[in-house]
Parts: sequence; structure tokens; C-alpha cells
Amino acid sequence: MKGDKRLLLVLLAPGAFLALFALAGGALLWSTLEAPQRETLAGLLNERGALLVMAALGTWGLAAWLLSGLYRQYASAAAKLLEQARVRLDSDLQHEITPDGAASLRHLAATVNQLLHQRTELREQMAQKVAEASRHIDEERARLAALMSELTQSVVVCNLDGRILLYNQRAQLQFRALSSAPALAGGAELIGLGRSIYSVFERKLVRHALENIQQRLQRGAAQPAAQFVTTTAAGQLLRAMMSPVRGGEADDPSLHGFVLMLDNITRDYEEESARDQALHAFTEAARASLGNLRAAVEMLDDPDMEAAVRERFQAVISDEVQLMSHRIQELAAQSTQDMRTRWPLEDMLGADLVAAAQRRIDALPGLRASTGEIDETLWLKVDSFALLGALASLAWRLGDEYEVKVVELRLHSAGQRAHLDLVWAGPSMNTETVVNWEAEPMKTGAETSPLSVRDVVQRHGGEFWFERERARHRTFFRFLLPLASAQEQLDTATFVRSDSRPEYYDFDLFQATESSRALDDQPLHELTYTVFDTETTGLNPSEGDEIIQIGATRIVGGKLRRRESFEQLVDPQRGIPAASIPIHGIQPEMVAGQPTIDIVLPAFHKFCADTVLVAHNAAFDMRFLQLKEERTGVKFDQPVLDTLLLSAAVHPSQDSHRLEAIAERFDVTVMGRHTALGDAMVTAEVFMKLIPLLQAQGVHTLGQARELAQKTYFARLKY
Amino acid sequence: MTHRVLIADDEPNIVISLEYLMKRAGYEVSVARDGQEAIDAIRRERPQLVLLDVMMPKKSGFEVCQELRADEALKGTLVLMLTAKGRDTDIDKGLGVGADAYMTKPFATKDLVAKVAEMLGAAK
Repeated sequence: MKGDKRLLLVLLAPGAFLALFALAGGALLWSTLEAPQRETLAGLLNERGALLVMAALGTWGLAAWLLSGLYRQYASAAAKLLEQARVRLDSDLQHEITPDGAASLRHLAATVNQLLHQRTELREQMAQKVAEASRHIDEERARLAALMSELTQSVVVCNLDGRILLYNQRAQLQFRALSSAPALAGGAELIGLGRSIYSVFERKLVRHALENIQQRLQRGAAQPAAQFVTTTAAGQLLRAMMSPVRGGEADDPSLHGFVLMLDNITRDYEEESARDQALHAFTEAARASLGNLRAAVEMLDDPDMEAAVRERFQAVISDEVQLMSHRIQELAAQSTQDMRTRWPLEDMLGADLVAAAQRRIDALPGLRASTGEIDETLWLKVDSFALLGALASLAWRLGDEYEVKVVELRLHSAGQRAHLDLVWAGPSMNTETVVNWEAEPMKTGAETSPLSVRDVVQRHGGEFWFERERARHRTFFRFLLPLASAQEQLDTATFVRSDSRPEYYDFDLFQATESSRALDDQPLHELTYTVFDTETTGLNPSEGDEIIQIGATRIVGGKLRRRESFEQLVDPQRGIPAASIPIHGIQPEMVAGQPTIDIVLPAFHKFCADTVLVAHNAAFDMRFLQLKEERTGVKFDQPVLDTLLLSAAVHPSQDSHRLEAIAERFDVTVMGRHTALGDAMVTAEVFMKLIPLLQAQGVHTLGQARELAQKTYFARLKY
Repeated sequence: MTHRVLIADDEPNIVISLEYLMKRAGYEVSVARDGQEAIDAIRRERPQLVLLDVMMPKKSGFEVCQELRADEALKGTLVLMLTAKGRDTDIDKGLGVGADAYMTKPFATKDLVAKVAEMLGAAK
């Protein structure tokens, strides 16, 4: 419109100009004329004025035509160009500008287009570089995390608020040992991304260590680490080595967080102090006895002593000698039990060791190994490399010197230890030969080892001998090997079982700082959630229905943490109605022997600490939890969000807000539904899809989400 | 005059030797079997010197020694601690609570007799 007005002006301007010229020229001319001249001119104008007007109109038309052309070529084309350029400047529209107007303007448009291309290219390059850089970072993080997870030392990395942002598998195992409910939460209530380390360590202790480190940093110490030993609530003795996490720059002294390397020294400490005490007690007793003996013996030197007195002294001597012998026997019995070799031994499933030995012997020319009786449950503490070498070398020498073709391996327990036997049929050998075999460096074909069988046995604090089974015409070498202790067995078993590499880190949490804002004011995507589900015997907790399973998972830093989950069957201490079994799939025999709700709920409560609870149809689950508050003494007073209500708020026109229906709408794959944990996982995924939809509706904070849920129609339903 | 020596030890096997030894050296000897008995005997008999064991029932030698040193009347009693507790820290503690000398078992009887004689001689 604006353009049209200008064009109109451009067209009218020559007319106005001509009219002005005619009027001004006419008036000037008129004023200089005498009266008769004026009359003549008026007559002329009357007669021929039309010609003048026509000429004027013609000139106007011509001028207007010329001007409008110029206007189009220059003014309006330039304006269009400007407009198009502006749009591209303000947005990232990449479409080329259409050249229009005069040649110079067309050139200008082409130049702008070139600039536009350059910009696009630069942007693309930049985006590519950013993507590449972040891929590198992700890769390096993953590599670091992978490295950490393989470490046998337990490592926990925290930000300055004490929130855990990395931990490895060993740490998880260690925390399991610290857990007061190890069988239930498995330490997951203590360790987890975003959880506070202060639930394990006293805040002051950690603060103190941090201050020490900070002081050392300021002094410019090369390795500003601190160490502390603490007892945990579960009575374990932990030694923690703390190192700082500094800023990215080499000389940046500011602290961003800290790394804890943890050692559970309870067992070592107990063993050592028991050993020390035994030694100390023995020394004192021996001193006393020797004192008595020595004094008595020295008294006997007295030649004037009466016979009766002499007898008394002799009685003292015989008494003390007996006491000493007894004490030494006791000590010896004790210390052989405690005797541990200093050589680092690994825990290994006995059956694995036997299988490896079998492979090793089968690989030797002309030899074959079979297995006899194997106790599959035995865990050994062995130097497997050395031990396999010893077995192979013995088998090889049997083949080489006694033409034995087949050997058999056996493994069984013998009290505190295990017997590992290498059995063969046929010729036996004399003891001297065996002693030589034991003492000589091991040899397997051309391969020799600096070690002897005896060295290997000594490493294990074990024994080695050979025996004949006369009845079966067989002979065997027997290794007496130490067993792994029960706790170590558990640790190793867990290590073996876990297959895939878990998500044990989230460095983005470095940035997260303890918010002083009230929970309700915090953004939904920053909060930590416990998403849970329960399976129950029925729908009416007030009429005696009970929880039979609780499953829960965590959302930390906007990501679902599948590894940090909680799943526990509960003995409801009542029958499970047959009608409900198809729904939850839990048979009565599955809950038999499971812990009761009194034990499970406190553990679950700890698992939920400092988080917002999320459940589908939360009111139902909360009723069950709340009815147990009095009995278990734990109160679930965290904020609660209900995915059912939120879904209804986001999609009010949908008929169904059943979990399956929502999951289908959001394209969430439903796996293992109708186990408590399976449902909790689905709920968590649904919840994470709901958050951006809520944000689109202007619901950003927890408070707003809770308000919205309350307003929702479904909120008025009573369950 | 004859010095009186109290032997405070709960182990008869050492008491018999000590008693014989002290008597042979010419001292007047009495015996206490635990810490409380030792205190009572010291109050009653006022021995010049006590051979004091540390590990005794009822009261330990350390306690007995402290009680002696706290009591104006008994303060001058010489104490020779005679014990199987042989760590540096035990010896320091013994001397710290006021023992005049400390001997660790096993000891040579000659040395003991010499030590007792030296202590009593110096006290004269």
C-alpha cells in the first residue's frame, strides 16, 4: 500500500509541476502585460488554450511514464531487496533473494545471495564442528566411565554439594556391604547418580577433608589429597582417599568436586587386630611363665635347700612347662587357621579353574584330561596362572616320563580348604621322585618356569603331596588350596553376573548446584524422581489388601537410570486371591520366605529419599503406603506426581489414560509389563515424554505441575 | 633392723620363688594375692618395699601404686613393679604412676635381689 501511494505521488508530481509552471509562468507574464496585450492574450488563450492544455497533458503523461519506470527500477526494487535481506538477517531463512530492478540492484542482490551462501556454509561447518567436539567429549566420557567400571578399586566422584556423578561397579558392591538392608535395596538407596554422599559419610568429615585439600591447593601442593577413616552406620570401617576435581585449566585452583577412592578395611582391620592381640597375649603369658620358670630354676641352684622345698620348686617347673606347651599348641592352632599368604590371590570359581586346567592339559601333545567329581559350588582363592602352570607341568612330566595318556581332575572341599587332585591310572612313583618334581623348576615341554611346584603351593599357603588309591590302581597329586571367604564369593559372583556396561556416570551433574529454591519452584526437568509401582492382592487396602511387590526406578538429570532400580517381592502374610494372579503373575509360593512389608518399606523409603515420587494412578499406590505408615514408622511425605492426571491434563480429549494407552500414544515400548518394575519403567518413560508437553502448556515447575494435576477432572475421582 | 617386703602377685608359681628369695636375702616377707589385699597389707604392715605385679584380680598393680602415692602415710613405700607387661608403654605407665623401678619377666633372680638391696640401701 505504501508503495502504491508513493507511485501515485510519483505519477502526480509531473502534473503538479506542470500546473505550477503554467500558473507561475502565466501569472508572471500577465503582470508584465499592458491592458490591450492582456486582451490579445486572453483572446489567443480562449482560441488556442486547448492546444496548450493538450501539450501539458502530453508532457505530464510522458514524464509520469518515465518516472514510474525509474521508480520501479530503483526505488521499489531497492525496497523489496531491503525487505528480503532483512528477513534473512533476522531469521535463518536460506532461500535466495530474487534479483529485480536495475542492473546495479541485481548485482547487489547477487552479492547478498553470495553472502547468504557463505553464512549457511559457515553455520554448517560450525554445527559440524560442535557435533564432532561433543561426540569426542561423549566418547572420552564413555571411555573414562568404562575404565572406571573395570577398576577393582572403588571410585566415587561427587560435585561440591556431595552429589554423586560417577561411581563404578566396585563402589556399588562396597555400598551394598554398607547398606543396612543389603538384600533389598542392594545399596541402591545409598549410591546412585545424584544421590548425596552424605548419606554414607558424615557431612562434617567430608567438609573437613575438603578444607584440607583446599588449603593444600592454595599452598600449591602437587598432590593435594586427603584421607580419612570412618565407621559407617552398618558398622563397617571405611578408608577413603579424597582427591580434588579441579577446573579444566591447568593452573585453575578452584574446586569443582572430589574423587573418593574407598577401601573397606573392616576385615583387614579385624584380622590384624585379632592377630596382634593373640601375639600380645601370648608374649605376656610367655613372659610370666618364663619368669616363674627362671626364678624357680635359679632357686634350685641353692645347695642348702631342703628336700621338701626343692620338690615344690620342681613342681612349679613341671607345671609351668606344661602350661607353656599348652599355650604354644593353642597359638599354633590359631595361627594356622589365620595364616594367609601375602601373595595376592584372586577369587575364582573352582569349576572355572578346573575347566581352564582341562583345556591347558588337552593342548599338550599326547595328553587328555577328563574331569571326575567336581564341587561346582566351591570358590577358591588362587593365583590361577601359576597354578595352571603347575598342573600342566605335572601332567606333562607324567606323560613324558611315565607315558601317562589320560589324567583326571577332581575338586572337593575339605573343611576350611579345597582338594584339587590330578589323578592318573597305572604306575606310581617313589617319594623321592615326587620330592624332586616338587622342588625343580616347572617344565612343560620346551617351556620352563622359574617357579617350582613348591613355590606355587607356598603362594597359596597350601600343601602338596601324592597318594595312592590302591584299590583302584590309581595315584594322584593333591593340592590343598584356600577357599574364598563368603563375602568375597558374593562380591565376585556379582562381578561375574553383570554383563553389559552400565550407566554409572553423568558429568552434567557437575553443573548442578544445590538449589535454595523451594522444591515447588524447581523446574520439572531438573528434579530427581523415583518412579514406582506396586502390585497388590487387591484394590482395597482398608479391607486388608496388601502389597506383594514394589518396583521403582530413578530419573536423574532428565535421564532414566535403569541400573538404579529397586525390585522386591513382599510376603503379604495373607493369601493371594486367585483372581488377581493373572494380573500380576505372582504365585503364592513366590512370596513365601520374602521379607514382610515392615522390612521392605523402610528400605524403599531410603531409596526414595530426596526425590519426587511418580506413579501412574499414584493415589492408589500412596493409599497402600500411607496405611502402613504407623506400622513401619516411615512416612512418605515427598511430593507426588501422577502420570494419569498429567496425561489427562495434556490430552484432555483422549478417552483412555490407562498406562498402556498412554504408552502407545507416546510410542513407548512396553516391556515386562505387570511386574512392578516393568510398569515403573514404562511410567518413567511416559513421564519423561510428558514433561516437554507440560512445558508447552506453560507448566514448568513442580508446583505448577501439581496444581495442574489437582485441577484435572480425574483428580476429583476417589479411588 | 630387718626390712619388711610385701610380695603382691596372684600367681603362686612366682610367689613361691620370690618368697624364698627374699627370705634368703634376710627380709621379713608377707604375701598378698590380689590388689585389694596388697593395699590392706601395706596399710597394716607398712613394708618398706613392695614387689608389685601389674595383672592382679580386683585391683591392678597400676591402681595399687597410684593409691599408695596418693596416701601421705604410705607415700614412702618403695615399689618395684614386676610384670610380664613388657612394652615400652607399659614401663612408662608403671613409672608414671609412681613405681620406683620396673622389672620385666623373665628376670634373673640375682638382678632382682641386687635391685631390692639397692633400693632399700638408698632409702636408709
